[in-house]
Amino acid sequence: MNIDKKITNDLVANDVSFVTTVPCKQLAGVIDEIDQCEDIFHIPSNKEDEGMGLCAGAWMGGKRPAIIMQNTAIGVTINTLATLTQFYRMPLPMLISYRGELREPVACQVEMAVHTKALLAQLNIPTYHFHHQSDVEEFDNILKYTYMCNKPVAILTDANFWGGYGDQ
Amino acid sequence: MIRSEILREIAPILRDQLVVCNIGIPSQELHAIDDQPSNFYMLGTMGLASSIGLGLALAQPKTVIVIDGDGSVLTNLGTLPTIGNNAPNNYILMIIDNGSYGSTGDQPTYTGKKTDLAGMARAAGCDNVVVVQDVDTGTALQEAIDSGQSTVMVVKCDSGNAKMPVITMDPVIIRDRFMKAVAS
Repeated sequence: MNIDKKITNDLVANDVSFVTTVPCKQLAGVIDEIDQCEDIFHIPSNKEDEGMGLCAGAWMGGKRPAIIMQNTAIGVTINTLATLTQFYRMPLPMLISYRGELREPVACQVEMAVHTKALLAQLNIPTYHFHHQSDVEEFDNILKYTYMCNKPVAILTDANFWGGYGDQ
Repeated sequence: MIRSEILREIAPILRDQLVVCNIGIPSQELHAIDDQPSNFYMLGTMGLASSIGLGLALAQPKTVIVIDGDGSVLTNLGTLPTIGNNAPNNYILMIIDNGSYGSTGDQPTYTGKKTDLAGMARAAGCDNVVVVQDVDTGTALQEAIDSGQSTVMVVKCDSGNAKMPVITMDPVIIRDRFMKAVAS
C-alpha cells in the first residue's frame, strides 16, 4: 500500500474526520487522498495558525482534528501552540513535511530545518521523525497517543520518507 | 456606544447560544457581564476567534456566534476567504468595529481610516455581510440567528473599554465546561 493511502486510512481508523492543510510539494499526494476521502472533511487553511484555530473549534465540537503542514510552520505557530493548543490542553496531530533535510534541493529550507527539532523540544512537543517508508507503521500508534494525552504531537516526515524529489 | 454597552444589551440573546469571544478586554467584559458555560473565552492567541468558531460550527449543528474585533480580524485576514468558502449556516461572525486596538490602549486600526472590513468580507466570498450601527446590534443579531444563514456582521461603535477584572478561571475549566455546553 502506498504511504498516502496508509496515512489516510490510519486517520479514518482513528476517527479523525476534520483535517486542515497548508500545502507542500511533498504532501501533495496525501492531501489529494484526504480531499477525496468521504470520511474526512478537508478544509484548506491560508496560514497554519488559522488552521490550528479551526482544529481547536472542531475538537470542541466533537470531531477529532489533524493538521498537515510544512516545518516552516513551526516558526509561524509557536504562540498558537503555547497559548491555545497547549494552554487549553487540546490534542492535535501535526503531520509535517520536514523540508531542509537530506535530499533537499532548496538551500533556504535548511535554515528552518536546523531550528525545527529544537523549537519542538523547547515547547515540550512529543516529536517523531519518519525517515524510512516503513516508519509509517508507527502513525496509527502516534494518533492513539495524541488523543490519549491531549497534546499537540509532531510527526516530521523528510524527503527520504516521501521518496525524494523526483528529478530534482 | 462602546463595546461593553453593546455586550450588556445583547447578553440576553447570547445567553442561549454558543459564543466564542475574542482575546483581552472583550472576553473580560463578557465574563463580567454574563458569565455562561456556553461562552468560550480566549485568554491568548490574538486573531483566532473567527477560526475557532468556524471549526466549531462545521463540527456540530448548534448556532455559533463569534465576537471578534476589527484589530483581531486584521491580524488574521486569511480567515475571511476560509469563511467565505466554507461557512455553514450556523455560523455568525460579529465584528465589533470600534476602529481601535482596545485591549492595548485604543491605538487606531486601519478600519478607522480607509479600510472597509465589510467590503473585504464580501470580496472574500462571504455572502451575507451586514453593517450595523451599535444601537441596532441586538435586532440585527436576532435577525441573523433567525435567518438560519451564515452572516458576517460589522458593528460600528465607539472606541473605549469598561474596567473589568482579568479572567482567572483555568483555561482547561473554560474549555471543559464549554465542551459540555456544546454536547448538551
